[in-house]
Amino acid sequence: MIPLSWYLILAAALFSIGLFGVLARRNAVAILLGVELMLNAVNINLVAFWRYGDVTQMAGQVFAIIVFAVAAAEVAVGLALVISVYRRRNTVVAEELDLLKW
Amino acid sequence: MTTETLIWLIPLPPVLAFFLIVLFTNKNKALSHSVAVGAAFLSWLGSMIVFVRALGVEHLGEHPFESSIPWLPTGETWLKIGVLIDPLSAAVLFFVAWTVLMIFIYSVGYHNYGQPAGDHDHAGLPPHGATVTDDLGHKQTVLSVEPMYSRFFAFIGLFAFGMYTLVVSDNLLTLFVGWEIMGLCSYLLIGFWYAKPSARNAAVKAFMTTRIGDVFMLLGIAFLYSATGTLTYREIFTEQTLHALATIPSGVFGLSAAGLIALLLFIGTIGKSAQFPLHVWLPDAMEGPTPVSAMIHAATMVSAGVYAVIRMFPLLSLDPKTMTVVAFIGAFTAIFAATIAVAQNDIKRVLAYSTISQLGFMIAALGVGAYVAAVFHLITHAFFKALLFLGSGSVIHGMEHGVLHTGNHKVDPQDMFNMGGLRKKMPITFWTFLIGGFALSGFPIITAGFWSKDEILADAFGHGHLAVFITLAVAAFLTAFYTMRQITLTFLGEPRTEEAEHAHETPWTMTAPLVVLAFFAVTYGWVGIPEHFPVLGGLVPNWFHEFVGGTLAEHPEAVEFNIVPLLTSLFVALGGLFFGWLVYRNVNSVEQDKLQIPLLKNKYYFDEAYDFLFIKPLTWFSEVFVSKWMDKGVIDGILHIFGPATDGIGSVIRNYFDVPVINKFFGDGSADATYWVGKNLRPIQTGRIQQYLILSMVVLFVVGGLVYFLLLA
Amino acid sequence: MTGEQIFFLLVGLVTLGAALMVVTSRDLVHAALWLVATLFGVAVIYTLLNAGFIAVVQVVVYIGAIAILFIFAVMLTRRTLRDTGASVNKNWWAGAVVAVATFAGLTFLLQSWSGFSKTAAVIPSGFDAISQLGDALTSPAGYVLPFEVASVLLLAALVGAVYLAFNKK
Repeated sequence: MIPLSWYLILAAALFSIGLFGVLARRNAVAILLGVELMLNAVNINLVAFWRYGDVTQMAGQVFAIIVFAVAAAEVAVGLALVISVYRRRNTVVAEELDLLKW
Repeated sequence: MTTETLIWLIPLPPVLAFFLIVLFTNKNKALSHSVAVGAAFLSWLGSMIVFVRALGVEHLGEHPFESSIPWLPTGETWLKIGVLIDPLSAAVLFFVAWTVLMIFIYSVGYHNYGQPAGDHDHAGLPPHGATVTDDLGHKQTVLSVEPMYSRFFAFIGLFAFGMYTLVVSDNLLTLFVGWEIMGLCSYLLIGFWYAKPSARNAAVKAFMTTRIGDVFMLLGIAFLYSATGTLTYREIFTEQTLHALATIPSGVFGLSAAGLIALLLFIGTIGKSAQFPLHVWLPDAMEGPTPVSAMIHAATMVSAGVYAVIRMFPLLSLDPKTMTVVAFIGAFTAIFAATIAVAQNDIKRVLAYSTISQLGFMIAALGVGAYVAAVFHLITHAFFKALLFLGSGSVIHGMEHGVLHTGNHKVDPQDMFNMGGLRKKMPITFWTFLIGGFALSGFPIITAGFWSKDEILADAFGHGHLAVFITLAVAAFLTAFYTMRQITLTFLGEPRTEEAEHAHETPWTMTAPLVVLAFFAVTYGWVGIPEHFPVLGGLVPNWFHEFVGGTLAEHPEAVEFNIVPLLTSLFVALGGLFFGWLVYRNVNSVEQDKLQIPLLKNKYYFDEAYDFLFIKPLTWFSEVFVSKWMDKGVIDGILHIFGPATDGIGSVIRNYFDVPVINKFFGDGSADATYWVGKNLRPIQTGRIQQYLILSMVVLFVVGGLVYFLLLA
Repeated sequence: MTGEQIFFLLVGLVTLGAALMVVTSRDLVHAALWLVATLFGVAVIYTLLNAGFIAVVQVVVYIGAIAILFIFAVMLTRRTLRDTGASVNKNWWAGAVVAVATFAGLTFLLQSWSGFSKTAAVIPSGFDAISQLGDALTSPAGYVLPFEVASVLLLAALVGAVYLAFNKK
């Protein structure tokens, strides 16, 4: 009924929105929100391809599970970093974190 | 060892002596003269052995001792060099060996071996005397030893090598080699006392003048080689080669090839044997030490010139025009030089002009075809002229004793007018000099000079060359005259100066060679007594004529005896001697000498004429035209363009290309560009990660798009 | 247009709308809450794809843990109770361009793929996706190794996060 293309376009759109969030948001936490969106888009793609391929091959779902785990780990560590940075520099505005400037 | 090997070895000892002295024994006088005299002795010994063996060979002319080696490859054939002892070279070898040995021994005494070193003696100047104090505190000045003693012996050793090479050679090439070596040694030895400007100039003059002759001689050799393909005498003097050369015209003066070749070779002799017009160097060559004058300029080197003509006689005799030229030059030189000799006051100068004159005799003899007579006179002249020169050296030494005794250095020990009465002070020198002088004048019977000169006159008369005969007779008269003048002024009468008073005899190393040479001056003539000579002829066979005549393919005939030349000889010889004594026994000073005619004294102003005609223009040419205009002006001018031009090009390249383009544009420019790029790219690194991400995404899209559309689509 | 398709369109719009709000809200707490909404939408998409387990895991892990974690982080990193300043940085337009370009690019690439408009195959009856997933995750012939490695990863992340955020007083 629903062509694969719809899911793929949905995932692409979600990915692009997440990308925008990563590139344009000032707050570091908001950037991580964008990352989460991108990871979700990926997951949608994976599961859609599982469904529209050979359903007996569980690789799609397994991959999605692993992505979950990785995303969780990444958010945990990322937010811990943000908190740590906030403690030191008293800011979470990404623009202000420019120690690697020339 | 075989005779041929011995002949090859004869020239070797003197050249080895040269090298040994130069390299090793230079500082040791005794060792140097021992090496030199020893070498001369070895060569003498070898020459005597060869000579004796040569005497024993029947028809040596047809079966000479010869040995040659192929030397220079010329395509299919070889140019050969080698040695040859035929009757001519055997006879010449004899006198060369004796005179060389005698002169070597003489030089030991002449350069005052054993005397102390001089007070102010410098190498390059003649020795000036040393002051010695005897036990009683008396000071006297004695002759001092020559500072450059070893050098002298080295040079005469080299010279002897040159002469021996020339004599034993069987081809024109090694003859020329020996010729040139002797030319070099002549230069070195005339300029022996090189600190004297007169000696230096004389050396250069000698070398240059003989060089002119040598150039023509080389042309002759080249022509001969190109015409015949060989330079070996025995190959040239074959019937067919001679005939070919006589018939080919050379295109010059209407001479045949033979005539032109002979003429060119003769010009070499004109230079080397100081014939007119290239005679100017020989009197100046008296600047050298007396043994040099004796050996080189009396006995051997100048004889080499005559020897060369004698050797080429078969070629020369083919063309009557060349023979005429030869006869004319010889006769003219004979009388010309004799007239100059009567006005000379230096004892050596008289002998120098006498040598020129006597060589003229020999050349004239060849010009009229008197082959054997020329050889005879060559040999006898060598003996008595060497004797006379060595004698004059002895006289000069005696006079120098006197000069050192009185301390008056303004007195010239060589001026005959300062001498006189030396017969009492220097008896051995006197008697040997007298024998030599009589031989030169042609004193009858008992001197060798008589026999040889008489034979020349007889041949000239007998073959009808009356002009030559009369000229030579007059020259002979003058010869006797000036010889007696010389003897009278030097030995007879009373000492005219204090220096002459104090002269004394020279040591045995100088007088012994005089005695030996005097012996030959007396006896050598007796081997050539003509058969038809009244009374004496026929008692001893004319060995000389038989022996030397065998050199030529056709044995020359002895000339018919005629009383006219004999009487003429006797008259001119005795008459000249008598006249000379008569005129000069009362002449005590140069003012009383009536024959001091300026024209004669100044040698007919030939030197001045040559200076004006040749030397000055050539000097101008080299100093002004070549050196100043061409070399400094044109060539240096061109080169001076290169310098600034290169400089200009360099500075253009530097200032218009190197600095602006390479340095500024590429060098500084790239640095500035890099800096500018860096400066402008630096702000990219903001440290803000979101901007990095944006940039990386953009690049990803660009590159990905490119890859996709260019490669995959 | 079948009912399924309409339903999908609705859920898609909701998800995308919520996602947009996530990236544009100025207030971070609002953004986090909008994230929750987005994640819910994605879970529904998973259900549509017959991946029920994944949907539940999505809700439990993402919403239940990650989104909460976000809210905590927002709390802990506020200087004031109100957010000040812009929500986007000064180069937001470049980011927008890149995002649009990414979407365009992805779509372009995908539509040139032959299987783009595939329809879903029918799931065979008796097909138990969950037990199959369980088998795949735990059998040595399957993906047990990545599974275990993921556990280790989580452990490492745990330790790391604790260490990083530890307040040493």
